[in-house]
Amino acid sequence: MTETLTGTPMVRAEAISKSYGSNEVLKSISLEVKRGEVLCLVGPSGSGKSTFLRCINHLETINAGRLWVDGELVGYRQHGDKIYEMHPKEAAKQRRDIGMVFQRFNLFPHKTALENVMMAPTLLKKGSKTALQSRAMELLARVGLADRHDYYPAHLSGGQQQRVAIARALAMDPKLMLFDEPTSALDPELVGEVLDVMKGLAESGMTMIVVTHEMGFAKQVADKLVFMDGGVVVESGDPVEVLTNPQRERTKAFLSKVL
Amino acid sequence: MSHPTGGVDDQHAEPEAIQAIRRKHPWRFVLAVVLVVLAALFVYDAAFNRPVFAWPEVGKYLFDTRIIGAIGYTLQLTVYSMIIAIVLGVLLAVMRQSPNPVVKAVSWVYLWLFRGTPVYVQLTFWGLVTVIYKTITIGIPFTDAVVTLTTKDLLSYYTLAIIGLALNEAAYMAEIVRAGLLAVDKGQDEAATALGLGWWHTMTRVVLPQAMRVIIPPTGNEVISMLKTTSLVAAVPFIGELFTRQRDIAAVTYQPVPMLIVASIWYLVITSILMVGQYYLEKHFAKGIGQRPDVQRPSVATETITVVGEAEPGHPTYTEEDGRTSIVPPHSGTGGGGR
Repeated sequence: MTETLTGTPMVRAEAISKSYGSNEVLKSISLEVKRGEVLCLVGPSGSGKSTFLRCINHLETINAGRLWVDGELVGYRQHGDKIYEMHPKEAAKQRRDIGMVFQRFNLFPHKTALENVMMAPTLLKKGSKTALQSRAMELLARVGLADRHDYYPAHLSGGQQQRVAIARALAMDPKLMLFDEPTSALDPELVGEVLDVMKGLAESGMTMIVVTHEMGFAKQVADKLVFMDGGVVVESGDPVEVLTNPQRERTKAFLSKVL
Repeated sequence: MSHPTGGVDDQHAEPEAIQAIRRKHPWRFVLAVVLVVLAALFVYDAAFNRPVFAWPEVGKYLFDTRIIGAIGYTLQLTVYSMIIAIVLGVLLAVMRQSPNPVVKAVSWVYLWLFRGTPVYVQLTFWGLVTVIYKTITIGIPFTDAVVTLTTKDLLSYYTLAIIGLALNEAAYMAEIVRAGLLAVDKGQDEAATALGLGWWHTMTRVVLPQAMRVIIPPTGNEVISMLKTTSLVAAVPFIGELFTRQRDIAAVTYQPVPMLIVASIWYLVITSILMVGQYYLEKHFAKGIGQRPDVQRPSVATETITVVGEAEPGHPTYTEEDGRTSIVPPHSGTGGGGR
């Protein structure tokens, strides 16, 4: 582990700001995620945590600050002291290294589980179809759904759909995984199976940023917890430390409501 | 699972089926009788009291070779112009959604022009193209390499009719396709983008296939509409499709009504066939939509119905309260969550 924790951080955000018109959603956010680290982002709704996550793979553009993933500026190219907008093709290429899992799964409903996992590799990666297919089957087995490979999303439960979505995000062999409230749309009894898969992923050394309301998961799996409110980082640190002994009033108020 | 009344003993008791007396609907019967009588009167009257219908004439011309040939032209005009219109319509709709403002504007202007003028006027204009633009000169600028083509040799009235119908229809198809694209959940676009797919792949592999479900029903409507709009190509003037041909025959026989009936019968026959085709197309593109078949069973099934037979090795089973062993049905109840 020490080996992977050295070198350039996987994600480095430096004073990131983002506004929609006059509404400032992110106010000078700075944080760092090391390789192999799991970061949990918690906070009330509207605190900007999802927006921050979407900035990391350039689904949203930032208005100020700098953001690097694996040492590379996200969405922009820097030449000297000038910043250039990236060509959409380059931005797409950057996103291939960053997997994302959505609250509403967003599986492709017209494709089976296997086809969902295979779509991006088939279009973007080299290799024979059988090789890509066996790799996709491996991923489905990893999330425990090999026997459901020919099911359409509509025929899978919410938990199963989200696990397929995780397998799909892993299909491009990302170095970073982003989870945007992955269990918030699930029935309570289905949350566990998704968290288990995420836990396994974290144990395998994947760098992960997880926006979540599952404090138990944060306590157990996260290396670092960041509490956001009103577009700023209020408090961050060791998850057990922050959750059991919060220092700021806003953190205390929030945790008293959710714990 | 507990019932409000009764204890454990009557958990498996069959509830008595309801033997209700069905409601009567006397007015439905009355309405049907009235309509049947009216229809019978109309048919009787048309068959025996109206010599203008000239039914023997209808029979004589229904399979006339000239009529059959005209149907061929009508179908060709419909099919070719619809194919061009759909391709062009998809292109225009995708252009309209493009991040490029120039491309967007081109699509908008096209729509404004072709949807804003009557198709009859457009067809007349296309007929005049060979008069207005007698020749087309293609050359490489600043050189002497020039090819001059005579439009009259290049474009027959048949080709012009197809172009005229297709370009007009493309404007309507573009709006239908655009509605389909807008109906696809924004999350689909985001998921594809997050995977690193470019705009083109996102459009052709993710958004368009899902839009098809919304696009097909109104497109079927457009095909049927196009079949009938072909009767306007006399404006080009292209003659030879069904409507023009029956009119020409009627002009000789002095009996217009039976020829109109002949044409109507054939339009109806083709429309009916198209409707069957549309049904199968819709079924194809509904793939993966629909309900979860194994979850939609009534929930009582898990209580009262026992799965008969041997369990596959490894398939979970459970012991009923009366000691029998049952197979856990796949996805019992909603949710499921895997085996």
